Amino acid sequence: MIKRFLYSQKVAPYVFVLPFVLVFAIFWVYPLISSFQMSFQKITLGQEAQYIGFDNYTKLMTDKTFLKAIGNSALYMVLTLVILIPFPMLFAVLINNRLMWGREFFKSSFFFPALTSVVVAGTIFRLMFGEMDGSLMNSILALFGVGPMKFLKEHTTGMIALLALATWRWTGVNMLYFLSGLKNIPDDYYEAASIDGASSFQKFMKITVPLLKPTSIYVLTISIYAGLAMFIESMMLWNGNNSPKNIGLTIVGYLYRQGIEKNNLGYAAAVGIVLLLITMIINLTQLAFTGLFKKED
Amino acid sequence: MKMKKWFILLSVISLVLFMSGCGKSSNSSGGTKSVLDGGAGETATELSYWTFVELHGQHFEKMLTKWNAANPDRQIKLNVTVMPYDDMHNKLSIALQTGTGAPDIADIELGKFPDFLKGTPQLESLNDVIDPYRDTIVKSRIDLYSKDGVNYGIPTHVGAAVAFYNTDILKEAGVDYTTIKTWDDYKKAGELVYEKTGKHMGTADTSATWQASMLLAQQGSDFTDADGNPQVNSPEMVKALTLLKDLQDSNVLATVAGGQPDTEEAYGEFNSGNYASAFMPFWMMSRFTNYMSDLSGKVAIAPIPVIEEGMPRSYGGGGTGTVVTKTAKDVQLAKDFLAFAKLSEDANIEIWNTLGFDPVNMNVWTMEDVTHNPDNQFVKYFQNNPFDVLNEIKDEIKLIKSTPASPTINNVLCTVTLNEIFEDGKDVKQALDDAQAQIEQELK
Repeated sequence: MIKRFLYSQKVAPYVFVLPFVLVFAIFWVYPLISSFQMSFQKITLGQEAQYIGFDNYTKLMTDKTFLKAIGNSALYMVLTLVILIPFPMLFAVLINNRLMWGREFFKSSFFFPALTSVVVAGTIFRLMFGEMDGSLMNSILALFGVGPMKFLKEHTTGMIALLALATWRWTGVNMLYFLSGLKNIPDDYYEAASIDGASSFQKFMKITVPLLKPTSIYVLTISIYAGLAMFIESMMLWNGNNSPKNIGLTIVGYLYRQGIEKNNLGYAAAVGIVLLLITMIINLTQLAFTGLFKKED
Repeated sequence: MKMKKWFILLSVISLVLFMSGCGKSSNSSGGTKSVLDGGAGETATELSYWTFVELHGQHFEKMLTKWNAANPDRQIKLNVTVMPYDDMHNKLSIALQTGTGAPDIADIELGKFPDFLKGTPQLESLNDVIDPYRDTIVKSRIDLYSKDGVNYGIPTHVGAAVAFYNTDILKEAGVDYTTIKTWDDYKKAGELVYEKTGKHMGTADTSATWQASMLLAQQGSDFTDADGNPQVNSPEMVKALTLLKDLQDSNVLATVAGGQPDTEEAYGEFNSGNYASAFMPFWMMSRFTNYMSDLSGKVAIAPIPVIEEGMPRSYGGGGTGTVVTKTAKDVQLAKDFLAFAKLSEDANIEIWNTLGFDPVNMNVWTMEDVTHNPDNQFVKYFQNNPFDVLNEIKDEIKLIKSTPASPTINNVLCTVTLNEIFEDGKDVKQALDDAQAQIEQELK
């Protein structure tokens, strides 16, 4: 009986996908539903949760700190897109070029930062961007005669530090995505283009970029999500979740502050749902524009 | 073939990234564990204890040995876990919320304590074990960790705020710290120090409220009114911060890396002699001995300057309440041990010896053989005896209340307001009005 069940062609596929479905249901669907429910509740330590309707959401709309967190996350996301898509693509093309010298060396050294722990990297970056005269960045600035700056206390310089950390860490990863995309482009196209007299730039614009589109869409999608959900980098850079004037506060950071630090899980759940909505809307729009939902020809 | 290799590499990488993305919490907060047996036998009960200060574990180790010797039938093994400050409180909060995974005994810092008293506290009442010692200890320190007359935490120290002066720098400028009585004196001295040495007299704190608390206590005010409602734009608060701002404008104070004296960055600044004074609670002494060894023999302790002579010169700052959780294995045992380890006279003497704190049993303050022990590391480090200063200000140590609004007040002041005032030069009144509005909004 068991044998027939296991060998049945109809059942087998379900058995194989079952582990995934279970993991998905337990670790994604259940928490999602439960946080949706919690976002309409007031949860107090040691007491039954009370339903309070949309109170959490109406409070969010006027919560200046939350709006600041959204602003920070959005700005960070946009700037990481601007930096972390074109440059890795360019590097990938350069490294992919046969004439390039030391390709393996560059490949591994670009990728290396992704292997270090964010905790360690964040701490090092905090020291590099320290406000003391002797910190690395201030020593460099001193060479140009610029006075010491308090990098982690001002909005612009704080964002620069965050972006520096992100760029250092993710350039190599995105570059690898693009490199694997490049491997899929047949050499014939380039040869044909060469015969027709196309310049290198034309080949890049007319062959490489369009054929990298699937990879680009993938990188774009995960970058949007990663940008909006950034948290640990900020936490490590400011040695905690409370940066001066909240310049490093992100949406997830605010969720953490409300839910974990202030024991206000209902409100934090509402923050999480808003983050989910924002991410979904941006990504679905983006995917619709880039044609992911169109039927393949 | 090449293609396939790439594919495998890529999938491995994405797997690694995926896993590291999910495993965020695991890398930072393992904490360090150690089991203290303190001479306990086979039958000892094992209790777990969480703290965010490694030294607290050392104190418990000493007291545990004494407890096990005195109570052969109720011996204890203590399982100590030391975690970073935020991590520990967050984990404890989640454990208490869910009802599983909490330790038997835990340290909770004063700034976080009100959050654990929200709703129905998941902590045991400690009234019965505190009662025998109630007369010997400072009442206000117990009240800090209480709600509706129930005591939930046992204090570690009084935390009387004092001034620490680097006399090397002062000597260079020809300043005698003992003549500094009021903030006006301090300002004159500071201007002299800046003129002669180019160094700043003290710090303008942006990430802590020690200074603001001191100035409020001097004026008999507080961050909250009698009902516990926030009043951070009170005239007293405006006066306090205006005073500090004026000191900053005349180069007496300057902001410090890290935002306040009790940070790693600031230890370095003080250790290299860039600031001549700090106003901090008494426990700052242990930071000097541990992290600022270059200053050994150069630091003197004195009462804090006041706005007008006759005002109280200190307040009790910071603190840690040790609690027994509702899920503790053996509640009574944990409570009895805790009282023994933190409230008995022996414990109070050890708290000074090991931790360098001002113990809550004030009788200890006058035990010459304990406080003036020439072998004590704190007595050796400082120029004058810390307890001479403590006994001088003994009756002037005021209390800044801890209320349900306190964590929010602290958060707004220390992340936004103080930065706006001391870093951006925003108008004091305006900044405080904004803070009050923000705090009220958050507490709604």
